[in-house]
Amino acid sequence: MHALDVDPLLIARWQFGITTVYHFWMVPLTIGLGPLVAIMQTMWHRTGNIRYYRMTKFWGKLYLINFIMGVATGLVQEFQFGLAWSEYSRFVGDVFGAPLAMESLLAFFVESTFLGLWIFGWGRLPRRIHLACLWVAIIGSTISAYFIIVANSWMQHPVGVTFVDGHPVMNDIWAVLTNNTAVTAFAHTVLGSFGVGGAFLIGIAWYQLWQRRRDDIDTVGADGRVVVGEAADVPGRDTADHRVWLTSLRIGAVTAIIAFAGLAITGDAQGKLMFEQQPMKMAAAEAACHTGTSFSVLSIGDPGSQDCKDVVGVIEIPGVLSFLAKGDFSTPVKGVNQLLPEYQKKYGTTLPDNPIYGERAGQKIDYVPIMEVTYWGFRIMIGFGALAAFAAAVALWLTRKGTVPRSKPVMLLAVAGIAAPFIANSAGWIFTEMGRQPFVVAPNPSGVDGVFMFTAAAVSPGVSFGEILFSLIALGSVYAVLMVFELRLLIRYVRGGVASALPELAQNPDDDDKKPDDVLSFAY
Amino acid sequence: MDILPTLWFVLIAVLWTGYLFLEGFDLGVGMHMLVSARGETDRRVMLNTIGPVWDGNEVWLITAAGATFAAFPYWYASLFSSMYIPLVVVLLGLIFRAVAIEYRGKGTSARWIRGWTIALSLGSFIAAFGVGAMLALTTTGLPLDENGDRVGGPFAWFTWYAVLGGLAVVGFCLVHAATFLALKTDGSLRERAGRFSARWAPIALLPLAGWVLAVQLMNGKPAMWIVVTLAVLAAVLGWRAALRGAEGRAFIGFGAFLVVGSAAIFANVFPVVLPSTLNSAWSLTVWNASATAYTLGVMTVVACVGLPLVLAYQAWTYWVFRRRIRGSQLPKPAEFGAAVKQP
Repeated sequence: MHALDVDPLLIARWQFGITTVYHFWMVPLTIGLGPLVAIMQTMWHRTGNIRYYRMTKFWGKLYLINFIMGVATGLVQEFQFGLAWSEYSRFVGDVFGAPLAMESLLAFFVESTFLGLWIFGWGRLPRRIHLACLWVAIIGSTISAYFIIVANSWMQHPVGVTFVDGHPVMNDIWAVLTNNTAVTAFAHTVLGSFGVGGAFLIGIAWYQLWQRRRDDIDTVGADGRVVVGEAADVPGRDTADHRVWLTSLRIGAVTAIIAFAGLAITGDAQGKLMFEQQPMKMAAAEAACHTGTSFSVLSIGDPGSQDCKDVVGVIEIPGVLSFLAKGDFSTPVKGVNQLLPEYQKKYGTTLPDNPIYGERAGQKIDYVPIMEVTYWGFRIMIGFGALAAFAAAVALWLTRKGTVPRSKPVMLLAVAGIAAPFIANSAGWIFTEMGRQPFVVAPNPSGVDGVFMFTAAAVSPGVSFGEILFSLIALGSVYAVLMVFELRLLIRYVRGGVASALPELAQNPDDDDKKPDDVLSFAY
Repeated sequence: MDILPTLWFVLIAVLWTGYLFLEGFDLGVGMHMLVSARGETDRRVMLNTIGPVWDGNEVWLITAAGATFAAFPYWYASLFSSMYIPLVVVLLGLIFRAVAIEYRGKGTSARWIRGWTIALSLGSFIAAFGVGAMLALTTTGLPLDENGDRVGGPFAWFTWYAVLGGLAVVGFCLVHAATFLALKTDGSLRERAGRFSARWAPIALLPLAGWVLAVQLMNGKPAMWIVVTLAVLAAVLGWRAALRGAEGRAFIGFGAFLVVGSAAIFANVFPVVLPSTLNSAWSLTVWNASATAYTLGVMTVVACVGLPLVLAYQAWTYWVFRRRIRGSQLPKPAEFGAAVKQP
């Protein structure tokens, strides 16, 4: 049939993974940075301090450059269940489409409309209403995240449904909306986004403060305290500029530290739920082959092998795994070797002879997720999250006397640190999505029988390998190109400092007389 | 509860019509940036007429897709998977257009601006054509098997109705956006935009009229001839107003042509949402493609709360930004260098 004998399922999964992980680079920055910009504008209104006005303008500009990429890549998300996953859409349609439709009707409309009002409303709307528009847009983004998490959490832990004629049928929307998986995942995701926003502020503000020191605008006095100066020949490089960056850095650091504390708490709650709801995922996250209590710090071997025989725990801490799962140090936690027969007994050893499996019917079902991915995904998530929080604490300490060290390598580290929470976010999602395999809808151990779906059954039967390959290549390359443009613009605006968002700082005051009165304060 | 699937069919028709009406002028303005703009000031004025509203308008498309998923999952699954390649191309067009709107003015080099202008304008053409083709085929049929899956390979969806629908939406967007620009700009651009809609309306609106008629002739209900006639009448009145330079009435006339024409199309295909060209027994209808009554009931409550609010705050946005835009009002493109001394 095809020159290349590859299952379309594989390529469809790569496509979903790539487009979704990519989309979720833009989204956490939107969710995390937005409220910080709104707080800055609120502070400006409260205090009248020019520093906050400049912060609002500068960070708001970066927010918008990133926001649009989230919108553009989010479009694909709304359609791709129908594109490559039509059987999935048919199976879950009675329950899964509802949160998506609620998202657009109740949240995304609000976000998009009010953000437009904020962008173009400078100087045109009354001040308070203008600020309110930003807050409303940001609340819209957050509610939007909630509905999307509700949809995803239903795939992790299906609730609020009965099983009629081979399909889950929703009978309790409240249960779907208050799914304990969704509530904890939402808190975890939003806090993870604040971590992104915090590290973004730290890295960029650090760079700007470092530039001021390198150019000898700011110096350090005998007591180690900063002596703030200004460079008359560079637009925006005045004394207020120093406060813009120092305040931004501190807001970012405090945000990142608080976010990480919250991430630890919500992550712990999620882990405990996951031990109950998806025991195999957590066992795979631990590369825990045998039932026990030990948390693995380092396991080597070939965790991908199905029977676990090659996995060797090198460093293990007794009791910690039980603590993660149950809150005590002694309850044994089931390992892969014990879970596997349970899954096989309950859900079969081979894909059933049903037309929705196509040529995949009869294939052996691998109940153990790819353990390299779950094991390391879990650890990268926690490791990079902790690293970002630690770096934020260090940043606060190093800047306690009002500026950053002159060291260029330290500055480069601070800028590179922006990536840490992004990596943690991606790793966490890759872990939880790949850890759910082979299910696209994981069975709920305390839910209704029959409400689960193998990923192998979810792909569109009518869509060919070639079509999905085309879209994977097209979307992948367009996303890659756009990433280059987004980064180029961000770097350009970051290098420009506040003057990039406030061109009037660079203007000769004499020119003001020639300006017509009704000039728009913002235009594309 | 038989009323709910029908109600949701009406709501989805409203969402698609709302999308075509609102994003119609956004997409058309994008096209005009290459078609009828004379110089950079024209292009910037055009872009800024839709600047504050285009993103909110695009959500109508996302909502139409999401609501179709929620209310008619089988329609969602069959339509989008059958039209896999054209839908991916539409999405690429919309992606380029969205990013171009935001990024175009954030650089100053001629190459940067030129490149994003092309992305914006071509993206608008592609999206309008593709959405039109997809909607035309959902009203005229796709080669679907019993399960609702496309038979016959990646391009089996193609019929000339796809081309008709594509041209219908592109043509409508061009005229609709010209009347919109005549309402929202001033000076020579306003005059030229008004002349464009007066001159081109009779030709550019023909494909849309053709689609309305085709559906009426294929499986129309006799009573619907009244609605079809009203749609054509609205277009004629709009054209007459455009010829006389009555910008507001022209906009209302062409807008009414879309709304009434779309109503005629959707009412005529009801209760079929996606006909199978292979066997009419395999066609998807509001009865066999819909979600259950419980889900539709929940979504009805959500829509009753959400949609009026959307209409209210979007209307407010148009009120806030009601003024005409002139080239002299545009701030100079921001020139800035790095805020650091070059070593």
